[in-house]
Amino acid sequence: MFHRFANPTRFQKLSKVIEPWALAIMVLCLGPGLYYALFSSPVDYQQGHTVRIMYIHVPSAWMAMFCYVAMALASAVALIWKHQLADIAAKATAPIGAGFTLLALVTGALWGKPMWGTWWVWDARLTSVLVLFFLYLGYMALRDAFDDPARGAKSAAILSLVGVVNVPIIKFSVDWWNTLHQPASVVRMDGPAIHPEMLLPLILMAVAFKFYYIWLVLVRIRQEIMAQRVRALHQREASA
Amino acid sequence: MNGVLAIMSRELRLAVRQSSDSMMVIAFFVIAVVLFPFGVGPEPQMLARIGPGVIWVAALLAAMLSMERMFQADYEDGSLELLALTPVPLELTVLAKVLSHWLTTGLPLIIVSPLLAIMMNIPPEGWGILILSLALGTPTLSLIGAVGAGLILGARRGGVLLSLLVLPLFIPILIFGVGSVDMVLNGLETKAHMLLLGGIFLGSLALTPWATAAAVREAVA
Repeated sequence: MFHRFANPTRFQKLSKVIEPWALAIMVLCLGPGLYYALFSSPVDYQQGHTVRIMYIHVPSAWMAMFCYVAMALASAVALIWKHQLADIAAKATAPIGAGFTLLALVTGALWGKPMWGTWWVWDARLTSVLVLFFLYLGYMALRDAFDDPARGAKSAAILSLVGVVNVPIIKFSVDWWNTLHQPASVVRMDGPAIHPEMLLPLILMAVAFKFYYIWLVLVRIRQEIMAQRVRALHQREASA
Repeated sequence: MNGVLAIMSRELRLAVRQSSDSMMVIAFFVIAVVLFPFGVGPEPQMLARIGPGVIWVAALLAAMLSMERMFQADYEDGSLELLALTPVPLELTVLAKVLSHWLTTGLPLIIVSPLLAIMMNIPPEGWGILILSLALGTPTLSLIGAVGAGLILGARRGGVLLSLLVLPLFIPILIFGVGSVDMVLNGLETKAHMLLLGGIFLGSLALTPWATAAAVREAVA
């Protein structure tokens, strides 16, 4: 299964089929999702209209963690099986994950100001997400720091695996420490503690974000494969 | 085991013969802490309040300054390749180097810390826990720092990159290290913080040598 798609040509063929579908699902979910989120969903009885920040904040925070796990898994596959495409996928995921993390931090700050009275508190959830952001930055910086791209890829892959310890800390930080940030209210043992009319736009937005990622990462992987081919052609030209 | 001891005695002999390296780390530690009374003002209450945090941050930065050199010199003169070729597993070699790094930088920092505690006007009942938390925390810094030091071998601007890689990972140690001292100074139970520090130490002791060895292997391959 892994090795079947290690062939860049086969992968590109497949990704060209998936890409329009991913884009279509994203648009179909984002449109109604945004409409429900911004206009039609009920206002919170305490938070008023600021609750609408949630529909961006929560899906981006989910994606921030999802991207990191995806990046670490791809890095592990690249390290263990020397899978070229997995390595490219990890590289393509890093900036997207960093973007989602920044989005979660910024929307969190904008939400925190009216609700908690402060842009930022040094509680466990916020700190661990900030560390996640630094891990993304470190991954990208380490990848770029070597003259030999293969060496940078391997070093960065090891770093991304070390950083995995942070993911459960983010997830459980709201349970382990007393904090201003509210605990998990959607994925719970006894069902979501959120009103269905709010849950619907949240899920629509989450699906839209996920398919946005799938679409973007496929485009970026294809672009990287082409860039590598161009580089190889240049080298062949130079050596001929 | 003999191999590990040989590597350690080599590291320690090198450190003793170039003792100025260790001295510079200590000097940085002291000077960095001494800057704070000038920066925030010399009121004793203020210094006592921020003292544990300042000492911990300075210790963390001082330890990090010396981390870049952990494998760098051996990498440049080629002895790291020979160390990787010895029958001693690379994980143990790495652990020996980490232990030597801690003995030559972490331990001196701990020895100097009571002096700085006096200068920062920290009450005497906090000194013991400051030393204890540093003793439990600085080995973890060396262990995690070693992963970064291995990853940046051969990179451009390795030193700056190292700080970006490892400083975020140091945050939990800083939190629980400073927290334990603050707890004691406020007359509270500090067991939870010490257990967490110990847990992080044992976790890194078990896991980081594999990552460091993998990083070093990539560098010498």
